[in-house]
Amino acid sequence: MAHRWKNDLTRADVTPPALWMNRRRLIAAMGASGAAGLGLGPSMAAAQETLEPNSLEEITSYNNFYEFGTGKQDPERYADEMVIEPWSITVDGLVDNPGEYSLAELLGDLTPEERIYRFRCVEAWSMVVPWQGVELADILTRLGVQDEARYVAFETVVQPENMPGVRRGVLDFPYVEGLRLDEAMHPLTLLATGLYDQPMPKQNGAPIRLVVPWKYGFKSIKSIVRISLTAEEPPATWNRLNPREYGFYSNVNPNVDHPRWSQATERVIGGGLFAQRQPTQMFNGYDEVASLYEGMDLQAQF
Amino acid sequence: MAAKAPTFAQRINKGLRRVPPWLIYVIGFAWMGWEFWRALSAIGPYAVEPINVLEREYGLRALQLLVAGLVVTPLMRWTRVSLIRFRRAIGLMAFYFVLAHFAVFVLLDLGGFFDPGYALAQVWTETIKRPYITVGMAALVLLIPLALTSNDWAMRRMRQGWKQMHRLVYVIVPLAGVHFLWLAKGFQIEPILYLVGTALLLALRVDWRGLMERKSPNKAA
Repeated sequence: MAHRWKNDLTRADVTPPALWMNRRRLIAAMGASGAAGLGLGPSMAAAQETLEPNSLEEITSYNNFYEFGTGKQDPERYADEMVIEPWSITVDGLVDNPGEYSLAELLGDLTPEERIYRFRCVEAWSMVVPWQGVELADILTRLGVQDEARYVAFETVVQPENMPGVRRGVLDFPYVEGLRLDEAMHPLTLLATGLYDQPMPKQNGAPIRLVVPWKYGFKSIKSIVRISLTAEEPPATWNRLNPREYGFYSNVNPNVDHPRWSQATERVIGGGLFAQRQPTQMFNGYDEVASLYEGMDLQAQF
Repeated sequence: MAAKAPTFAQRINKGLRRVPPWLIYVIGFAWMGWEFWRALSAIGPYAVEPINVLEREYGLRALQLLVAGLVVTPLMRWTRVSLIRFRRAIGLMAFYFVLAHFAVFVLLDLGGFFDPGYALAQVWTETIKRPYITVGMAALVLLIPLALTSNDWAMRRMRQGWKQMHRLVYVIVPLAGVHFLWLAKGFQIEPILYLVGTALLLALRVDWRGLMERKSPNKAA
């Protein structure tokens, strides 16, 4: 099995600022040897200095979930109507154990763990989110991926009566997304069921969503009702709508601009009216995925 | 004999005569300042990402005022209700909102507040590279001569030329509408409605009958 992913953001990043300021001073007071004793390398200390998680309020009131409308506040306003109980996930395609799974059945004995990830939207803003979830690889392994499978396809729930954006036909719903199998099996890739130690808020994709932190946010499909293993590259909603602007891979890449705006920089949400942009990192800073794309021209296959 | 009862339009016009046009500037700038203050204080829609929201707020108000300016003439022709006294204020206020929109783009969105050199270079490259910004910048630039000549002195000096030059709004408003439509993701109805409204308001100005007659001279024979 692939190595387990190691978090470079720590619990200190989610605790209230007043508390982690104290802890930071404590770490500084302990000096280099103390920090080494805690397993904190110099780069991680630097990451702590610059990266702060967004507040729950920010994460839950600034969302793109076009099923509820195109406004950033629409999901918070309308997602309450979405029915998430009972929830059923269809598993089909090239798997040994297809069928209809409840959320509990899909998760089985896997225990969600915390992952603090950077989240970079294709619209050139970003957040830091403390997710709870399980590795998609663990789920797929249990479902039994057949040898011919090359891709994983996902589908979001459609409830027209509860979703104003669906009624208006903003996009071609249901929203669909896909990953190459090796991307899906990467230990960074998460099926998230919560954030900030609470069940996934509806506007963030309750009850279960994908999180692929090195890709633009729209790849991290919300409120999943279908997981299919396929041999062919599955359709992806934004890619299908406008392939010139949204590639199938959609890896965060500061060198490939969206035709309508630059991807070289991003604005971290939460900086107020005078927030400055910061440089966007290749693969959103998750260099460990670079090997997945060796030999590919990322300018052409963006 | 008693005078004819005033028509509905006449009564409205009489009431409007008591409204000073400068009220539009007062309301416009108060609105602009209020929204800026709300953005600064992270209130309501500005709570999470104020820069983008403020940029869009000013841009949308500018577009609304531009379209409102196009309403004046057809409204007078079809209902006799005259807003002509307010048209200059409407147009200039639209221009001021465009300037505010541009200021948010350069100073806050592109960070010109901290690094003016970088921001101005970005304005240039973005204008060249991004069609929706090209179109928006074109609308802004074309508005400048109109704003500079929106005064009695220029009107007297330019005579017929003034009227011709100010027909540029027939180009500017569609450009602004396209600018709005072009930055939307997915199928969004709001920018389309502004463009359709603009098209209708412009179509009302065309002398369709005259156009038809000129195009088919044989009919008269």
